[in-house]
Parts: sequence; C-alpha cells; structure tokens
Amino acid sequence: MILRQQRQSALRKALILGAAAGALAFGTSAHAEETLKIGALGVMSGPFAGWGGVMCQTFKSRAGMWNDDGGVAIGDKTYKVEVVCVDDKGDPKGAQTGAEKLVSEGVKYIQGPNTDSTAESAKTVMEANGTINMPYAFSKSLYKAPASQSILGMVASYQVGPVIYKWLMENKGVKKIAFVSENNADPIKQRDEGSAGAKALGLEVVSDQETYESGTTDFFPILTKVIGTAPDHIVLSGVSPSDVGPLIKAARELGFTGTMSTETGQDPKAIYEVAGDAANGFIAAGGASTEAIRSDFMVKFIDRYTKDWGEWNDVAGLFVYGPEIMIQTLQSVGPKALEDTEAFKASLDGFVGKNPFLKDGGELKYVGRTDYGQARQVSVPIVVQQVENGEYKPLFVGKLPD
Amino acid sequence: MTQVMLNALVVGTTYALIALGITIIFSIMKVVNFAHGQLYMIGGFVVYYFNVVFGLPFWFGLVMSFLIVGLLGVAMELFLFRPVMLRVKREEVTMLLAMGTAVFLESLALIVFGEKQRGVPPIATGIVELFGARLPTGRIVVIVVAAMLIAALMAFIGYTKTGRALRAMAQDREATALQGVNLKWLSAMGFGLGTGLAGLSGGLLVAIFAVHTGAGTAISIKAFLMIMIGGAGVLSGAILGGFVLGFLESVGYALLPGSLTFLIIFLIVICFLIVRPNGIMGKPWG
Repeated sequence: MILRQQRQSALRKALILGAAAGALAFGTSAHAEETLKIGALGVMSGPFAGWGGVMCQTFKSRAGMWNDDGGVAIGDKTYKVEVVCVDDKGDPKGAQTGAEKLVSEGVKYIQGPNTDSTAESAKTVMEANGTINMPYAFSKSLYKAPASQSILGMVASYQVGPVIYKWLMENKGVKKIAFVSENNADPIKQRDEGSAGAKALGLEVVSDQETYESGTTDFFPILTKVIGTAPDHIVLSGVSPSDVGPLIKAARELGFTGTMSTETGQDPKAIYEVAGDAANGFIAAGGASTEAIRSDFMVKFIDRYTKDWGEWNDVAGLFVYGPEIMIQTLQSVGPKALEDTEAFKASLDGFVGKNPFLKDGGELKYVGRTDYGQARQVSVPIVVQQVENGEYKPLFVGKLPD
Repeated sequence: MTQVMLNALVVGTTYALIALGITIIFSIMKVVNFAHGQLYMIGGFVVYYFNVVFGLPFWFGLVMSFLIVGLLGVAMELFLFRPVMLRVKREEVTMLLAMGTAVFLESLALIVFGEKQRGVPPIATGIVELFGARLPTGRIVVIVVAAMLIAALMAFIGYTKTGRALRAMAQDREATALQGVNLKWLSAMGFGLGTGLAGLSGGLLVAIFAVHTGAGTAISIKAFLMIMIGGAGVLSGAILGGFVLGFLESVGYALLPGSLTFLIIFLIVICFLIVRPNGIMGKPWG
C-alpha cells in the first residue's frame, strides 16, 4: 500500500516536473526574442526639456524603427530595444539617483545626461559600475583619462564655436563679438570657452560678462547693455531652447542688425514661431536633418518621430546619432559587450560604422583623440546652418578632428 | 538711460499684472498660491492654441485664457483647497498643496503641450523711437491693455458689490458671513478671479515674450517676491511691488554685471524686509 502510494507520488512528481520542463521549454521558445534595455537620462522637464525630452523621444522613435524591423541582431540573437527614460530635472542629485536607478535595473548603456553638472554627477555612478553613457555635455574631464565610461554624443561648443566665428570673419566681416549667457554654470563655461576661442582668432570681444537669470521673460534690459557695446555678432552661449526665440526677438527689436549664433542644438520652427522674421539668419550648429544633406533614411526617421510625437524637432536630428552608433557598435562587438562594457570600450578605437543619416553616407566612428586623448566622441558631422523662414539652411558641413 | 527707463516701465507693468492674481488669492484665502506661475503658463498656452492652432483672433484667446484658467481656479478651490482647509488649520498644508498642484500642472502641461517654446504672431508691428530709445508697438499695446486691466480690476474691487464683499471677506470672514454674504460662493469666485488673472497675464504676455511648460516656477518666485515687497494681500501693494521689481531689474542690468543684478535685488529685499516685514503697503500676515 505504502509502496503504491510512493510510486503514485513519484509518478505525480515526474508528471509535474515534466510539465514544468515542457512549460519552461515552451516559454523559452516563445521568448527567444530578448529585450535589450537601454537608458536615457537627462533633463526632461523645465526650460531645458527641449534637450532631454527630445533625447528620450528620439531614442524611443529610433527603437520603434528597430523593433518594427524585427529588432537588432547581436550575435545569434535578436533583441527588441526597450528605452527607459529617467528625468534628472537638470539637478546633479537627480542625475546621480537616476543613474543609480538605471544601473539597478541592469542597464549597461545610457544616453545622456544633457549638462556638465548632471553628467559630472552621473559620472561617478557610470565609472563605478562600468556603465557606458553618452552625455551631451562638454566638460573635458568626462572624456579624458582616467575617465573612460563617457562618450560625447555631439559636437562640443568649443569645437564648433571657433569654426562659426572664423566663417563669420571671412564671410560676414565680423570683427567685434559679444557673448551673453544664462547665469548658470554650464552656459557660463561655454561662454568663457567661446570668448577664449574668439580672442584666439583675433576677434575683439566687446562684452562677455553679461548674464541673465533662469526664467527671465523680458530680455530687453540685459540686451540693452550688450547691444550698447556695438558688437557685429552676438553669441547666445549655451542658450536653453526656451530662451533662444525671445532673445533673438528682443535683440532685433532693440535695433541690433548684426549676426547672431549659438553652438547648441535648436529647433528652427520653434525659434521662428516666437521671433518671426527676426529669426532669419540666426546661426546654429545642428544635426543632419536639413533637406540639402539628409538621406532617405533620415526622412524616414523624421516621419517616424513626427508620427510618434506629433511634431518634428530638429534637435532630434542631432540626438539620433548616439543610439545609432551605440547599437551599431554592440552589433559589431557581439554579445559579450551586453554584459561587459570593457569589450565595448576596447572596440572604440577601431570601430567604423555607416552613417545612415547623410545623403552622401560616410563613416560613423569614434573620434576625440585630439581633444580628449582617447576616442570618446561620436563623429557627428559639424553642420552649421541658419534659420530661414522656420527651416534650417546649411551654411557648411565640417568634420571633427580625429 | 531712456531705454532703461522704458524697459523698467514695461517690465514693471507686466510684473504688476502678474502679481495681482497671487495677492487676491492670498488676501481672501490666506493661501500662498505657488501654482500661480503654472496658471500663468497655461494662460499663455490657451492663447497660443486659440490663436495659432485654431486660427481664432488673439483677443478671443485672451478672453478664453481668463475664463479657462479662472474656471480651473474655481475647481482648485472647490476640490482641493476647500476640503483641506476645512479639516486642517495649519498654513503649511495649503502651501504644500499649492506646491504639489504646481508640480502636477507643470508635468501635465509637458505631456499635453510638449517641450517646445511657443509664441503667437505679433499683435502690432513697428517700432516707436522715443529720445533715442526703442519701444516696439506690440509692447505699447500690451502696456496699455495691462494698465486697463489693472484699472478695471481696481474698479471692480473698489466699487462693485462683489468687490466690496471680497474686500470684506479679506478683512473679516465671520463678520462678512454675518452680513449674509455667501462665503462659499465668494471664496470660489475670488480664487477663480485670482487664477483667471494669472491666465490673463500669461495670455497677454505671450504676445511679446513666449511661453513654455517650464516657465511657471520662475514666475511664481517673482510674483512672490513682488507681493513681499509691496505687501502681501494688498492690491495696490502688488502693483507697487511689480513696478519696484521691474525698476530694480532694469536699472540693475544696466548698471551692474548681469550675474550680480538678482543677487543685489535679493539682498535689498532681505534688508528691506528686516526693516519693514509687512512690505511697503502691507498688513501683518494673517
């Protein structure tokens, strides 16, 4: 009797185990397609939401395109890309806890943060946990050894600024230049670097100490003083997307007839909507979405972004390079890079991918040896463009030094 | 210097309009509405949507900004502040409630309106030159309208039955109730009037500045600063506070390095409040 009960119990256990094994096997088969979780950490609210928010949206739209195509193949497996966005609110503490949150969720690759102070704060978490991130911040200490986990995802202000000033000297006869920035660490740093670059080129810097407070609505008072120094050109250093239109409008209303520029990514439609015709001729560094240079693939991405978020933002044409090269590199290195970012880093020097966003194609690789001593910058093209009736018209396209 | 003085006039007038709404709510409810800036921002977006997206006249959008944000304020009073104030007497609870509302409105606005700055087509074109100073016509229109709105509000508060009831409630709620005034209705109306003014100022000023979803916090801080200078809960004090801040800001930017301007303004306000804690025209808190 006992023996029969034992046999029945053993049989039952075998059946349960068999069923469990079957379910496990079936489950494994059903979930053969795995998920690659990638983070986006940046300022997604407040005046700078035009950067971090767009960065997150860009990544989500690009991920949507990959996923619609069946996912990204890394080694033998195909992965659906899942983007986890965390808003650091432009606060260094928020960036650190945001980075910790992403790391605790097993995220190894992150886009952002968007400012020097937040990127510096997140850096400690990135370095300690071997997490790769692509900040859109220009502090050199993020990318110079001994730091190794951060890769600059765009062109830095000190790289594009002198290029713009030189072009202005040669093409517009600019001799006197003024800088105005928000009274915050990042814009002030960019202003100082820009001013030093302008002086090195032989320009006369007539004003580089004027700043306005965050949240300023009326720029007449500050610009009255700046324009009083009679500059040929005004640089809006590190200007937030929410301030650029009102600043241009106020400068023109005060009678300033010279040229104006910024080194940060801006959306021409938004600028034009606020400043109207006064925005025409405003020079900014940007992505590769202008009609003259974009590829069919960029058009496809613009359509996707517009479908997802209701409206195109030109800054997305800049942010799309980061996730693109990140995924291309992971595909090139293979599955080992998914867990171990050392393998990813080891590939940076030799990696050469394809730039799908430019009409003329070209390479997508890691540069930065000249400025940072190691390959820690994405080879985003230097696209200098000017606003024309709400669109960007490219002035020239340059390349970052290796 | 003429330009600096004109700048001060424009900034002061716009600030005065912004400060009025927050001081009305404070005077009748004893609530420091930290969501004032967010309501200003919503007012700006209301005008943007009516004028740019739906193609309706700017002035229609402006009326709608007052009505929509005013109704939002009535809802806030009825469903948020009133239930809380009935159960809790501690002032910090309503302040926290206002702060929470501000965060909620800003987050919601980001989802609904997106991250871009928005502007409307100019309501007037051209520049007027005055002793070498430049004043865009659009700004002149805004100053005139703002001045008219301020005058209309003062007349409403000073000479209408409802306005007198609001003043009475601000002075003594119990005595006002004993006179047969419906305090529940009046509170909701007063709160709605205050928030409607925030919406109206946001809607009017979008014509010369721009609006974005993150604009609210800085506006709230400045509005708070203005009523501290002028005297919390006093309408004329709010107007004066707006002009004082506008003057300090414009002259400060002209004479000092930009980074020092607000540092010195805050220093002046701190010193001033030590000497006169109730502001220029203020009454004691509460």
